[in-house]
Amino acid sequence: MLVFTMASVSLIAIIGIGLFYRSIPILHQSSWHDLLTKSVWKPLKGLFGFYPFIMGTLWVTGIAIIIALPLCVLTAFYLVEYAHPKVKRVLIPFVNLLSGIPPVIFGVWGVLFIVPFIQSSIAPHFVDFSTGYSVLAGGIVLAVMIFPLIVSILNEVLTTIPQELKDASLALGATKWETIKKVIIRKAAPGIIAATVLAISRAFGETIAVLMVCGNNAIVPHSVFDPGYPLPALIANNYGEMLSIPMYDSALMFAALLLFIIILLFNIVSRIILTRLERKLTT
Amino acid sequence: MTTSPHISVQNLNVHIENQHILKDISINIPNKKVTSIIGPSGCGKTTLLKSFNRLLDNTANVKITGKVLVDGENIYDPDVEVTHIRKKMGLLSQRPYPLPMSIYDNVAYGPRIHGTTKRADLDGIVEQQLRATGLWNEVKDRLNASATRLSIGQQQRLCLARGLAVEPEIILGDESTSALDPVSTAIIEDLFISLKQKYSIVLVTHILRQARRVSDYIIFVYMGKIIEFGPTEELLLNPKGELTKEYVKGFIS
Amino acid sequence: MIKRKLEELFFKILMILATIVVVGSFFLIVGTIFYKGIPFMNLDMITKTPGGGFYIGKEGGVLNAIIGSLYIAGGATVLGLIISIPVAIYINLYIKGRKITSALIRMAFDVLFGIPSIVYGAFGFLIMVYFGIRASLLGGIIAVTLLVIPILVRTLDEVIRTVPGELRDAALSLGATRWEMAKVVLKQIRPGIYTAILLSFGRGIGDVASVLFTAGFSDNIPTSLHEPAATLPLAIFFQLGSPVEEVQGRAYASALILTLLVLVITVLSEVMIKKFSKHKI
Repeated sequence: MLVFTMASVSLIAIIGIGLFYRSIPILHQSSWHDLLTKSVWKPLKGLFGFYPFIMGTLWVTGIAIIIALPLCVLTAFYLVEYAHPKVKRVLIPFVNLLSGIPPVIFGVWGVLFIVPFIQSSIAPHFVDFSTGYSVLAGGIVLAVMIFPLIVSILNEVLTTIPQELKDASLALGATKWETIKKVIIRKAAPGIIAATVLAISRAFGETIAVLMVCGNNAIVPHSVFDPGYPLPALIANNYGEMLSIPMYDSALMFAALLLFIIILLFNIVSRIILTRLERKLTT
Repeated sequence: MTTSPHISVQNLNVHIENQHILKDISINIPNKKVTSIIGPSGCGKTTLLKSFNRLLDNTANVKITGKVLVDGENIYDPDVEVTHIRKKMGLLSQRPYPLPMSIYDNVAYGPRIHGTTKRADLDGIVEQQLRATGLWNEVKDRLNASATRLSIGQQQRLCLARGLAVEPEIILGDESTSALDPVSTAIIEDLFISLKQKYSIVLVTHILRQARRVSDYIIFVYMGKIIEFGPTEELLLNPKGELTKEYVKGFIS
Repeated sequence: MIKRKLEELFFKILMILATIVVVGSFFLIVGTIFYKGIPFMNLDMITKTPGGGFYIGKEGGVLNAIIGSLYIAGGATVLGLIISIPVAIYINLYIKGRKITSALIRMAFDVLFGIPSIVYGAFGFLIMVYFGIRASLLGGIIAVTLLVIPILVRTLDEVIRTVPGELRDAALSLGATRWEMAKVVLKQIRPGIYTAILLSFGRGIGDVASVLFTAGFSDNIPTSLHEPAATLPLAIFFQLGSPVEEVQGRAYASALILTLLVLVITVLSEVMIKKFSKHKI
């Protein structure tokens, strides 16, 4: 029993070490700085600049958070503070069901609905031409995928705020909204931050749904209508050629290592915030 | 009583989760006096208090019938603006709940919401109320510090200052000293006694000694009904009802 | 005063709109899948394997993928349970006193829970290369097992924690060994174990990135652990990219099948959770 536990826990280290070990060849060839900032990606020539992929990941994740965060904060406040308890009980399960839908289904939906929508209805207002396969599409699909995560964390955080605190504000003659604006948001701020950080880390790693709608073009995006190529998509798309081109497998493992480190950090930070918050609110 | 009542309750019935908590309550709260509500735990004291500033509205599954007149206005009238009513009442709860902001902002919270924005005006209000509750000298150098850093006794006084800052007419206290040490308790009790010159005060307490020390009138509530009401000394030393006699002797609860 | 009320009304409307968007997106997605998938849905889909190659063959269904996914999800869940039940028991019942150890272990699993499936896929691939395993059913099972262990541990942990300490103490005071006491606790939380199984199974069926490198793909139903296995999500993905319309249609129908499967599993597990907490003390 102890063995299993220790083995599982050390899995984190093992994964990190394993990925690092396989990345060593490419690290020997180029420095960390070069790998992260150069844009040239020509595997056959042995040139591996990860910059476009990092930017692709950032664009897609950024768009997703910008869309999802306000929507989810508003939704959570409505469900906890204003909605009738019966309404809340009915609506929340549907948000949870969203989290059960496999990513590939989100991808199919993205291809069937979001991409054409962008191409025909949104893009024409802004650019000359867009196939619809863009970081915007990736961002929208990702946003919907992280809805349940943010809403459920915020729901927990908001319901643990004591009614007496809200009463204190209401007793002074404040409206419910003023109480939310001036008191509840401050109390819930760490929780909102933690939820955001967790959502970001989830968004970074999402592979298949984004891959299907973002265009997979290894350029640095300059507008939301440009295609992009996030890191997970890079790994997923090229695993086939991985073993036939020298250094390619090491490069892809390096990409996986990058993802792993970033997500690890974000995860730990948000867990720390959440545990601190839990401790503060329950003592 | 020779002065007209500040709060007049008429046939108030409160049901919470289908339980009849307050049964046909009719009582007049005297103006500019301290009235204590006493009774065993769970008999509806806090519910009665919360019905005065309509905080009861937020409880789940609550049904309220009857009238509560404040200055002649029925606060449960559907046309009434709730925030206006609540502004008239200051509430001090059992445990202090300072808002998550600085000491200054806590006291200034109410006035800011109701329209006072000029810094000079707010400064004046903050100082005035902190002095009134005896906090000024203790905190005047750290007004911008977080309110949560104060001791519990100071926090409760801060909550009182915060409540006074909106210029209420009535102060409601819900066992407001039960979390405090004896020294802080004494300070708050003294404050109540001095504040009754300007405000009508209604306190819920289960400490008979406190009721005796602080109040002019006592209401005895048992199982959701008002059993007896009268001047302090009279009710405590010469109770009329059997139940009152037993409670005051310390048998019930 | 009016300004305050208007502001509240404005934001209240905003909040309701946001809620409609968030909750509505579920219906939008499921609706789209149904709308596109039902026209292509027929009995062949679930009973036949693709004829003429999955990418361009016009006939047949996705039985290969369905069975492949079931095998992988099932195998991973079983393996995962074997590892995670002892771990959950250990964290909760065997560690005495020192709360920090169990808190740290829990945090480690929270972290593992947050690692994206592509990293598990990549790591699974590394393991396969190291041991010389080809892309196959076995490879897929290994990768998905890694993926579901944190899910299982977390669910089991939460469930075991709901068992009141008195029950454990009662068992121990009757002279039971720690293992026997653990068995008592396990029986108590049986619905919770079912929930964990359902959650892990649902994840295992629907995930792509972990099986991408490790399970391979084939038109046939795998007959041994060393054969490559098709999985539903991958089947959907490949079929969607096909130039042949019928094959694309197959993708929509497969998406429908997968969605239905997962929805049923999720609803079942929610029902189990509700039933379970009803009997909690």
